[in-house]
Amino acid sequence: MAARHKSVETKFMEDRSHVLESLKRLDRRSFLKVAGAAAGAVLAKGLMPPHSFQLVEVANAAVTKSFETQGESGNRPFRFAYLSDSHLYERTINQRFIRGAVKAVEDINALDPQPDFVLFGGDLAQLGRRAELEMGRQILAELKAPVKMMVGEHDWFLDLGESWQDLFGPPNYSFDWKGVHFVTLMSVHEKDFWTARHMTPEERMNTVAGLDNPIQSRFEVGTAEREWLKKDLAKVSPSTPLVIFSHSPLYKYYRNWNFWTEDADQVQAILKPYRHVTVIHGHTHQMLFNQIGNISFYGMLSTAWPWPYAPTGLPALTVQMNRADPFDQLDGLGDGNLQVRADGLVDKVYNLWDRNPISVKADYLTSHGKIDRPPAPQFASY
Amino acid sequence: MHPNRLLSILTLSAAAIIGLAFTIPFHARAQQSTVPQSVPTSSEQVVHHNVPASTDGGTVIMLCDGKTSIEVKGLKAGEPMSHAQAIAVTHELMDKWRRENPGEKWEMAQENQPESAASAAANAPVSAAHSAKSPPPTRKIQQGDTYASFTDRDYKIWQTETDKFVAEGKTIFHSSKLLGSTIGVSCDMCHPDAANTHPETYPKYQVQLQRVALLRDMIDWCIENPVKGKTLSPDDEKLRALEAYILAQRKGVPLDYGKH
Repeated sequence: MAARHKSVETKFMEDRSHVLESLKRLDRRSFLKVAGAAAGAVLAKGLMPPHSFQLVEVANAAVTKSFETQGESGNRPFRFAYLSDSHLYERTINQRFIRGAVKAVEDINALDPQPDFVLFGGDLAQLGRRAELEMGRQILAELKAPVKMMVGEHDWFLDLGESWQDLFGPPNYSFDWKGVHFVTLMSVHEKDFWTARHMTPEERMNTVAGLDNPIQSRFEVGTAEREWLKKDLAKVSPSTPLVIFSHSPLYKYYRNWNFWTEDADQVQAILKPYRHVTVIHGHTHQMLFNQIGNISFYGMLSTAWPWPYAPTGLPALTVQMNRADPFDQLDGLGDGNLQVRADGLVDKVYNLWDRNPISVKADYLTSHGKIDRPPAPQFASY
Repeated sequence: MHPNRLLSILTLSAAAIIGLAFTIPFHARAQQSTVPQSVPTSSEQVVHHNVPASTDGGTVIMLCDGKTSIEVKGLKAGEPMSHAQAIAVTHELMDKWRRENPGEKWEMAQENQPESAASAAANAPVSAAHSAKSPPPTRKIQQGDTYASFTDRDYKIWQTETDKFVAEGKTIFHSSKLLGSTIGVSCDMCHPDAANTHPETYPKYQVQLQRVALLRDMIDWCIENPVKGKTLSPDDEKLRALEAYILAQRKGVPLDYGKH
């Protein structure tokens, strides 16, 4: 096709390399002339894009207003931000995913006021390599707010978490912030599928890295960590709002792609006594939300690539995001932030790049869709 | 004899020989007692032919009638034959069968075989994972027509070949290397199980291509842009295999060309 018919992208890349080639041949004076003319043309055409966060500020202002009042427990509302699923390759292999992660860091650094902290939602690396993780750490070090790290399967299955834990500490931990109890889980344990198959660490990693690779087993929090969770929560009163971070959704959405946690039911049972529980998860790379009993679930966007919605199992409450435009490499990606209300419920802003941000209110979920329904997509999945 | 009739018989003989060539590696492997994982499902009776032991240190190859066999001298078990040698062996086997069954016609002899031998003849490996599981065609209509007189074994061979092609496509779809990606990106990273490739919606006008696009145009566009590889020509085996895999994932979805 390319020989006779060229896509917009192909023509653009050809024009671009032509201009770059010509620029090399310019002397300094002609360069300034060209640069000035180009800037003028850009302004005249109104091509200067608005900063992506100008829109978000508006959305945030609307959200924040209603939560100025204090909650019954005397808590003050606060905000934290996230970025997730950056899937970084080393710089020599792929820079697109690096640009995505850097863009999210810039977005979050531009938030005013700054969020109290930033959650990284897992899958920092693509193939669990030390160099990938270290580069990720460097990128995240640019964040102004403190960072809470979560691990994903892409970070783990090359050396079973050795490098990640070395760089970021234990994968499961808890902390308290402004009256809310936060728990970060390591929810992507898998049963040993590799020993019997005599797989090398790389083969094991590549297997897990293939979303639709059926050889791997299902994600689970596991007995030991569930016991740890019980112990951790033993000292927390049922009226304390809980926010749980897990890489996989803590419910069963689509088994074949591990949009799934095998022992989700047992984990949900542990969380049942608490009045307000919110689970924030990664892995699914899409706008995704759900309500099961007392638990609200929000999926996070990726900064690397979007996943399509699975063919079955999509929670009824989820309003799909528009299908990603393949011709826009940033479309369907983004970051976001979460407003923790005074009563401990959590509203979420999906900051979709190149689109208007979408707010999902806790009331939409807890009312089971009766109020505050987010706008429907124009193009739902096929 | 009417020329058309002769042509049909020639075609059938060719089909029989191709089938035979396909069977040879299976028998050779069976000698090493490694059973391929993709043998027929439990509902089918697997019949093993008792291949006579070699007398000369070579490999005994048996015809799929389960009786006629010859020994290929100097060929060790498991060793592949060249294409030319394999063809020569099939001719030799068929000649031997003809000598031993004077006046018989191969197709008729297979039709008249008892049930177990017939299913043994249908012993081609079929991939369970990708089989489209078409119901066997009803055979009680319009007998005597040469065009329609294919055996179950023929259908199995066709299915196997198709599944093999689809499986090749699946491998390419999941491999940034085979796709020629310069940035480690493969199709499955955005399209697990080929989801959201919607092959049923082509042809349709794509604004960004400024023309009506076919599925292969979009595959090529993806290879060039997100995957950062080199576009493939429309008759490239890789592109054909990718198309086969993508279409195979949407079996049963109604065609809906032009849909956005």
